[in-house]
Amino acid sequence: MTLRYFSLVASAWADIRRALTNHHQITTLGWQDVATRYRRSVIGAFWLTINKAVLIAAIGLVFGTLFGQPMEKFLPHLAVGLIFWGFITASIDAGCAAFINKKGIILQVNLPLYSHLMRDLWNETVILGHNIVIIPILMLIFKIGVGPVILLILPGFALLLLNLVWMNLVLAVVCTRYRDVTQIVQNVMQVMFYLTPIIWSADLMPDRVSPLVLQVNPFYHLLELVRAPIEGKVPGAISWVYASAMALVGWAAALPFYGFFRKRIAYWL
Amino acid sequence: MTAAPYIHLENVDVDFPIFNASSLSLKNKVLKAVTGGRISTRHDGHVVVRGLDGINLRLDSGERLGIIGHNGAGKTTLLRVLSGIYHPTSGRAEIHGHSTSLIDISLGIDPEATGRENVTLRGTLMGLSPKQINAMMDEIIEFSGLGAFIDMPFRTYSSGMQMRLAFSVSTTVRPEILIMDEWLSTGDLDFKERAKQRMHDIVDSTDILILASHSKDLLLSNCSRVIWLEQGRIKMDGPAEQIVDLYFGA
Repeated sequence: MTLRYFSLVASAWADIRRALTNHHQITTLGWQDVATRYRRSVIGAFWLTINKAVLIAAIGLVFGTLFGQPMEKFLPHLAVGLIFWGFITASIDAGCAAFINKKGIILQVNLPLYSHLMRDLWNETVILGHNIVIIPILMLIFKIGVGPVILLILPGFALLLLNLVWMNLVLAVVCTRYRDVTQIVQNVMQVMFYLTPIIWSADLMPDRVSPLVLQVNPFYHLLELVRAPIEGKVPGAISWVYASAMALVGWAAALPFYGFFRKRIAYWL
Repeated sequence: MTAAPYIHLENVDVDFPIFNASSLSLKNKVLKAVTGGRISTRHDGHVVVRGLDGINLRLDSGERLGIIGHNGAGKTTLLRVLSGIYHPTSGRAEIHGHSTSLIDISLGIDPEATGRENVTLRGTLMGLSPKQINAMMDEIIEFSGLGAFIDMPFRTYSSGMQMRLAFSVSTTVRPEILIMDEWLSTGDLDFKERAKQRMHDIVDSTDILILASHSKDLLLSNCSRVIWLEQGRIKMDGPAEQIVDLYFGA
């Protein structure tokens, strides 16, 4: 039983290691996806940033006024939340479609499947790098200072990525086999968007609602790890523990799962 | 530690699950459980088609293998197993050596990108490192004969130029195992001669050649051994002349 577990992990690792040794394939092909956005468009991927900025301004004005929130607090909170939430959902969407969209390549070239997943994640990370410029601009406008606590965003973001990758390992496989899971995932993420404090903040929660609603939500903790440092706060210990434990358990389950099913992917396309 | 490349297939079976719409959907799986299999009785989508059946094959360095068979005999499936794309449903496939398939040489080309960028893209998909691509860049551009057009978007090329670029990149690699589905021939008269020469170079330098073809001449001039596939099985396996004669009815 344990032997079987380790042989499946080894199978997954063989694929992942081959992808990491040839990491130039991930970056070259991922960069191509970004470059496509710049063809015949001077500002290219920054169009996505402009879209995001408009969305932030619109939601900010409407909900900031509705909730009677001070703009200099609400707008940065909303911006950081929306930008990172956009990254999380885009990564998960890309993960669901990773193998289906690359059918042509998968059936012709023997590349490690993990490369296709990482190519999309790399692409999304570059787009996040574009969108992130909104945050310093807002901070300048509202004269918000930055302390050394912002450095905590590095381990926070690393934990977020670690969790996204194992989720994508599982989702890519399941969505290739059962095509309608993609729709289910999109619906779940839509609901999570409202359950996670993005357009509202945690201190707005009425007392009659159990704080458990927040504490069990994995996306709340993942978001806290990157949002709190930008807001000059240290993320709560529970968020670190939750995200670390989720990464550990997630990878421990995702690796053998991926190791078992990766050899079937080509047949399902 | 570059040992001589070899391929060893042992009792390889390949089964394709055929999913229709109802079995591709998770909702129906759940519904089936709830409704007690009512849906599944009429269209149970889990049909399995055997693509390859008990294939035993050993290829050592220096081997030139031709594959013949009618359409649907399993040629493409076998090529994909030999490329490591399909993992056998049962049996064992050992593939040692760097293999490259020259099947769809335009795969990965982005029409909006320039010729030069496409050399990088295509080269990356062929398994070349950025260093190798840079080192070969000038040679590839020269061979393609595109000149200044190399920095123009690929979509502005004539179809002849597009083929020339794809061909030039794809045939730059010198793999240990070369897999082809039919021969690559291309382009205008001047390029055709050079392309022919290039194809012979690459075929000569590869350790193991695997060529699926319907052409008697091609098989006879390039292969020393031919296997005849029929309904996913090896019907015959032997010296090229003998098998080709039997297949084409002498």
